Amino acid sequence: MSADTPPLPLRIRGLAKSVPGGRVLFEDLNLDLRAGEVVAVTGESGAGKSTLLNLAAGLDSADRGEIEIAGQALSRLDEAGRTRLRRDRLGFVFQAFHILPHLTLAQNTALPLVLAGASGEPALARAAELLAAVGLGGREADFPAQLSGGELQRCAIARALVHGPALILADEPTGNLDPETADRSLGLLLDAARSRSAAVLLVTHSARAAEAADRILVLGRTGLTDRHGG
Amino acid sequence: MAADPPLSRTLLGWMVRGEWRAHPVRTLVAVLAIAVGVALGFAVHLVNRSALVEFDAAVRSVSGAADLRIEAVSAAGFDESLFPVVARLPGLAAVSPVVEVPARTADGRSLTLIGVDPLRAARVTPALAAGSGAGFGAGGALAFEDSVWLSPALRPDGDGTFAVLAGGHRIVLPVAGGLPSVEAGRRIAVADIAAVQQRFDRLGRLTRLDIALAPGARPETVAKAIAARLPADARLSTPEAESRRTGDLSRAYRVNLGMLAMVALLTGGFLVFSAQSLSIARRRAAFALLRVLGLPRTGLFLQVLAEGAVLGLLGAATGLAAGAGLAWGVLGLLGGDLGGGYFSGSRPALDISPGWAAIHAGLGLAVALAGSLFPALEAARAAPALALKSAGQSGDPRRRPALLPAVGLGALGLAFAFAPPVAGLPLFGYLSIALILAAGVAAMPWLARLLIAPLARIGAPVPVRLAAARLAGAPDQAAVALCGLVASAGLMAAMGLMVASFRGSVDDWLGAILPADVYLRVAEAETAGLDTALQARLAALPGVGRLEARRSLTLRLAADRPAVVLLAQPLPAGASAPDLPWRRGPVPAAPGETPVWVSEPLSRLYDLKPGDTLDLPLAGGRSPVRVAGVWRDYGRQFGALAMDRRDYVRLTGDAGANEAGLTLAPGAHLPDVLQGVRAALPPDLAAQTEVAPAGEIRRAALRIFDRSFAVTYALEAVAILVGVAGVAATVSAQTLARRREFGMLRHVGAGRGQILAMLALEGAFLGAVGAVAGLALGAAMGQVLIQVVNPQSFNWTMDTRWPLGLLGGLAVALTLASSLTALLAGRSALSADAVRAVREDW
Repeated sequence: MSADTPPLPLRIRGLAKSVPGGRVLFEDLNLDLRAGEVVAVTGESGAGKSTLLNLAAGLDSADRGEIEIAGQALSRLDEAGRTRLRRDRLGFVFQAFHILPHLTLAQNTALPLVLAGASGEPALARAAELLAAVGLGGREADFPAQLSGGELQRCAIARALVHGPALILADEPTGNLDPETADRSLGLLLDAARSRSAAVLLVTHSARAAEAADRILVLGRTGLTDRHGG
Repeated sequence: MAADPPLSRTLLGWMVRGEWRAHPVRTLVAVLAIAVGVALGFAVHLVNRSALVEFDAAVRSVSGAADLRIEAVSAAGFDESLFPVVARLPGLAAVSPVVEVPARTADGRSLTLIGVDPLRAARVTPALAAGSGAGFGAGGALAFEDSVWLSPALRPDGDGTFAVLAGGHRIVLPVAGGLPSVEAGRRIAVADIAAVQQRFDRLGRLTRLDIALAPGARPETVAKAIAARLPADARLSTPEAESRRTGDLSRAYRVNLGMLAMVALLTGGFLVFSAQSLSIARRRAAFALLRVLGLPRTGLFLQVLAEGAVLGLLGAATGLAAGAGLAWGVLGLLGGDLGGGYFSGSRPALDISPGWAAIHAGLGLAVALAGSLFPALEAARAAPALALKSAGQSGDPRRRPALLPAVGLGALGLAFAFAPPVAGLPLFGYLSIALILAAGVAAMPWLARLLIAPLARIGAPVPVRLAAARLAGAPDQAAVALCGLVASAGLMAAMGLMVASFRGSVDDWLGAILPADVYLRVAEAETAGLDTALQARLAALPGVGRLEARRSLTLRLAADRPAVVLLAQPLPAGASAPDLPWRRGPVPAAPGETPVWVSEPLSRLYDLKPGDTLDLPLAGGRSPVRVAGVWRDYGRQFGALAMDRRDYVRLTGDAGANEAGLTLAPGAHLPDVLQGVRAALPPDLAAQTEVAPAGEIRRAALRIFDRSFAVTYALEAVAILVGVAGVAATVSAQTLARRREFGMLRHVGAGRGQILAMLALEGAFLGAVGAVAGLALGAAMGQVLIQVVNPQSFNWTMDTRWPLGLLGGLAVALTLASSLTALLAGRSALSADAVRAVREDW
């Protein structure tokens, strides 16, 4: 890679992982994600899709192989370094939304900024911009109990984008939503990510959700393969 | 990449406010728990401090510029010939001779009558020499001899005179003026020294010499010169030593009260632990999210700890304000001794020190932080990815709870129980109690499983098996709910055991020391009272079978210790020792030796045992005596010694008495005898003599005992309330947090009644385990109180009495309270509204 080429948001080489008890999830997994690219990963239950996301987030450690996030090799970072990397370079969207019930929407959205050291007012102002971008303008002071599932997921998307991450890890983001809301939410996430040049690694069981991605990969014991055999 | 930011104040503010908004009652309980502990500790400290400051000021107001003081070792005083000897010594600016007489006013209230030489007193103790000022004037010397000056607390009688009763004498003097410099509340009357000596049988005797040193004189040199000239019945002291003795009088009592207040604070700490543990268990997913989003492990640890610190700071601030208010109220209602009887009659002003306020606030904060420490560590240790997936799940039910830490803490606690006192205080005893308590709490998961697991295996009804399986499978959660309950139940059982043992022992002791039917005591009459003629008249009264006259007087055996009491009493016919509640001995004394029998506190304070010898300062000389036994005494904390009255008369020539025990003749009518005794006393003496049947004295003594423990009970009750509030909060929170579980049980066919029965049984199991553990802990801690803390604090021992009714009632009450709380919380958790509600408050 030349010096003036920006590093890939995600680069995985030779990744292997087995679970306690010895069952191998995958061996020699390789993946490159470019800025603004959306890749969907599908596979059977227990194939290791969520484990792959945890590995990419630095929340779990691989048996072998290397993961680079925006040019930084996770294996060379200690726990504090991986925490900083998550805080600064990664965004997360979960199936269960994980919106903190006692914080307002603006506070929930601003969490990554506050964790990075931003003070309250600028962080809340930036959160309001993102909430407006996902269609929740004017609801900054609302609490999660006042929102529907789709609205909660939109808040989660705003939180995932608020700090300008290089990579968004989305774990079954439409799993708790009806098809129509799921389509809208996913479209919002992918459009917002693409417009901000953030790559998205989308783990899903839903073929409909996967269709929205630029590439669809199937996770198996030998690693990731293109759904169409590529 | 940016470096890790410090703990985000913005995030802390959001999280704290969010949590409090969602669970205001639970937060309030935790804050109040700390506040109550801080308030009690601070109030006890303020009352003690205010009382001591007042006493120090009082001593100084009458000691004036005295640098040294020569004091009589007993109320008999010392020979006034010492005065010119001392006055001629070099290095002295002035010497003021003083006679002090404990006396009463006409309405029966006590006061101190002080005789001074006004011109000399003006140079050493000006507060006592008001008569030498403007009011004294020309020709005043004559007026002074016939007059009395009163401190602000005393008022002249209607006709401008003042009547004083002491030693069976009553004198009336015109009031010439006041003593404005004497501390408010001190009841002092000052008169001419010669007049006091003459009218109260103190001719040629002095109580003390107040000495002012000349400028540049070295106190050590002067003290050495004085010491070489002192007779056996006088000791050299300083005003500082008197202040210290005053403090020593109540020190152990004050420290014990302070420790009790700390118990409430400690219970509050356990409550914070419960609240924080639950709060963290509930927010497991939230914390995991923050970790995933980039909050470092240490950041999360600090976040949880800071939440605890905010609770602690709020509790401490509230507690300081409440403590100051409480102390103000208590000083007004109970005086400076909190009912302990040490500083009777005082009403000190509140004296707040910012330093001590900061210390108490710091203690509240420290307890809140300590209560948050383990929950914070647990939160920081959790794996975020796993915690996000399985929020709120308990640990592996197969994991065996560890017992080793509890055994280690218990062993350490036991070892500390055998350590000696530190500076006269049972500090290791308290440490031992704290460690035993910690051991008990640490053993709770193990004990909960041990006691409850068998219930899950037997063929019990479904609710019983469900309840038992849950508690046995999650013993750590059971322990969190129980720790506050176990702590407060254990401490209450320990206090109950100690107080029951103490009261039972005091009752036995009263029976042993009050063998006669009627007792008579002349107050404020250490050197006079019942002369031999009066004793004979009383013995000859109709209905009196036998009269045993006794002389009691105070002796100062050491300059730096409070005075002890000498009891010269007749021995039973043919006996070589008195009838006393013996702890050791009595052993016979060798021919020619004078035996004395020392009380348990005296034996411990002066390290005396049967066979030891002692020099008693009697009648201006030193009389060697042999310790022939040790007896139990709860009446005189700083020691007493009994001797045969014949020996006392032989050594002192004093055949007078100031106490007597009357045994009724067969068939005598008690009210008639009481009336006869009162009628036989000269009127002036009768006014200062208390005559009462033994039964009444016994009841009065037990009433005083109960009153002196009233504050103790109150502090203890507060600790229990804090503990019960903790259980209520914890059980409610745990129950409400299990709504999903109840929903699942309802779906698979469990009836509402069955679930409520399960919850009630869970609560009852919890309460029963807590009660069993609390009582066992209480028994252990009670033994430390009985065997270590009391002997080391007060120098007396007691026999263990088990208050089975109290302990059984406590166990039943805790079991029922816990069951009821769980049931009420369960009803709320099972209601449809509550299931829909997001707010999980109680």
